[in-house]
Amino acid sequence: MAVEVRRTADGLLQLGLSGEWGVQQLSAIAAELSALDLTASRRVLIDAQGLAALDLSAAWALREFVRRARAAGAEVSFRGSAPDQLRLLDETLQDRAGAGATPAEPAAPGFAAAESRALSLIGRLTVHAGDDLTEWLAFFGRACVTFLASLGSGRRLRPTSITRHVYDTGITAMPIVALIAFLISVIIAYLSAQQLRGFGVDIYVVDLVTIGVLRELGVLLTSIIVAGRSGSAYAAELGSMKLNEEVDALIATGVDPFEVLVVPRVLGLVIALPLLTVVADLIGLTGGAVLCRYLLDMPLTQYVNRVNEAISPTTFWVGLIKAPVFALLIALAGCYHGMQVRDSARELGRLVTVAVVQAIFLVILADALFAIFFMKMNI
Amino acid sequence: MYPLLEVHGLVNRFGAQVVHDGLDMQVERDEVFGIVGGSGAGKSVLLRSILGLQRPQAGVVRIEGADITRMSAAQLRPIKARYGVAFQQGALFSGLTALQNVQLPMIEHLELEPRVLDELALLKIRLAGLPADAAHKYPAELSGGMVKRVAVARALALDPALLFLDEPTSGLDPVSAAAFDQLVLYLQKQLKLTIVMITHDLDSIFRTCNRVGVIVDGRMESDTLERIVDHPNPWIQAYFHGERARARLAGVAHGA
Repeated sequence: MAVEVRRTADGLLQLGLSGEWGVQQLSAIAAELSALDLTASRRVLIDAQGLAALDLSAAWALREFVRRARAAGAEVSFRGSAPDQLRLLDETLQDRAGAGATPAEPAAPGFAAAESRALSLIGRLTVHAGDDLTEWLAFFGRACVTFLASLGSGRRLRPTSITRHVYDTGITAMPIVALIAFLISVIIAYLSAQQLRGFGVDIYVVDLVTIGVLRELGVLLTSIIVAGRSGSAYAAELGSMKLNEEVDALIATGVDPFEVLVVPRVLGLVIALPLLTVVADLIGLTGGAVLCRYLLDMPLTQYVNRVNEAISPTTFWVGLIKAPVFALLIALAGCYHGMQVRDSARELGRLVTVAVVQAIFLVILADALFAIFFMKMNI
Repeated sequence: MYPLLEVHGLVNRFGAQVVHDGLDMQVERDEVFGIVGGSGAGKSVLLRSILGLQRPQAGVVRIEGADITRMSAAQLRPIKARYGVAFQQGALFSGLTALQNVQLPMIEHLELEPRVLDELALLKIRLAGLPADAAHKYPAELSGGMVKRVAVARALALDPALLFLDEPTSGLDPVSAAAFDQLVLYLQKQLKLTIVMITHDLDSIFRTCNRVGVIVDGRMESDTLERIVDHPNPWIQAYFHGERARARLAGVAHGA
């Protein structure tokens, strides 16, 4: 790419263009052309016949230069004929002015507007949150109604689909749930052993591990893992089905997407999560036993006896009863946000994130409510 | 001068299934080359091999004389600026507006000021026959025909020498499809583009293509449009002389 510049005394500017003028050289071309001083030039003569190649982007840069020269009052002409590309550009861009090429930028708001903008933002967010809640409830309601309606027949309950979801969310999650439960019980046992040993009451390590795991941590940690694993999977699966218009295809076929997509997922998780919780409880107690055996030199029989004394008949059930509720919240959050996906891949990513965050938040909120409830009931 | 695109002895196998078995293909400058073949004949696999999305088991693919099957990703980069692809479903980035979609290749390959980017992208959008107000819409807000045009505009972003179109008229109504064929001819003529087009649309082939390559049994039979219709291969006969093709052929015979 080269521009050969010759100026003559009578205000004639001669440009000899040569070499490859392509999009790859565009920034160099634009820089060279915009550096040309046009103030003293009354006529510009461009010789484009030496060009090896001129593509559309480079022609656009040349056209911009010609326009600038004309605007500066110079008369522009070409040696021989002007390159065809310029004519094509004129043709393509001619009706641009009328078509509203770029929509006008909204005027920058002044300071006076800032206050009302903040208020309107709060208002909009509130209305939005209200709408969101209504839609949540509507979604939950519709899922319930669909579930009740499908109870009548075994086929409409989709047992195959439910089984698949139990497998995907439950069986395949067992290794990670077991590992986390084991490690958590080791952490509690270690931590409490350190503290209690000073008082000589390290037998209570067993109480802490047993009650902690059975009542709270077993189910809570399992739920959080499942929210991350399956809540996101539900949202992503349904969301990409929405993007592919698969959900629309179902509706058009006369199949209720709630019946085939939402309810089996919710039921699958409601079955799987309590089972996972039992696994987590078992492994958690095992972890406690291992640590007591090797850290505190407590014989296994003593550990088992202590566990029996520590727990009341309700301890295990208090933990387990929470599992289906948490499962319901996780599955609904995942399915709800998945079904909200519209239009774009970015939206899918955003809603999967929201689904997981909301599922974890709801699980912890529900756990807190359970804790208060059980305390008031003296369980 | 090298032919713009040359495929020689291409072999693609998936397990026991042989898709291409020594396929040859050559595309000259300034022509519209149509690729035809039955469903599952390996049109898409051929395109993927040419684009470097898939390494063939054997054979060479030369774009302007450079064999892309032996190249590393870094070596392929400048070659990829020489061709543009409009995928069948458009494959527009759903989170970006039409204008941003067109700008993406420019931003990745060039260093330009935002104003120049805007102007050039808008130029390509206009060139693809779209109104300027489509530029700020998201793909979900565009009709099927417009999505395909934005895909073409994006494919033209870097002023390529070679343009690939994958089933450009599928899913369009006949009027839009005819308008799209006009666009293809217009772009070919004005930009001196070479266009390789995968298509099933007989109307489209007869309106736009200079030469046609038919994939049969893992190989390609290619010839000019006038001659390929008389090829003795039974599939080609069935394709060009079937119920749906007869009306078209009558038109060609009468010089229409």
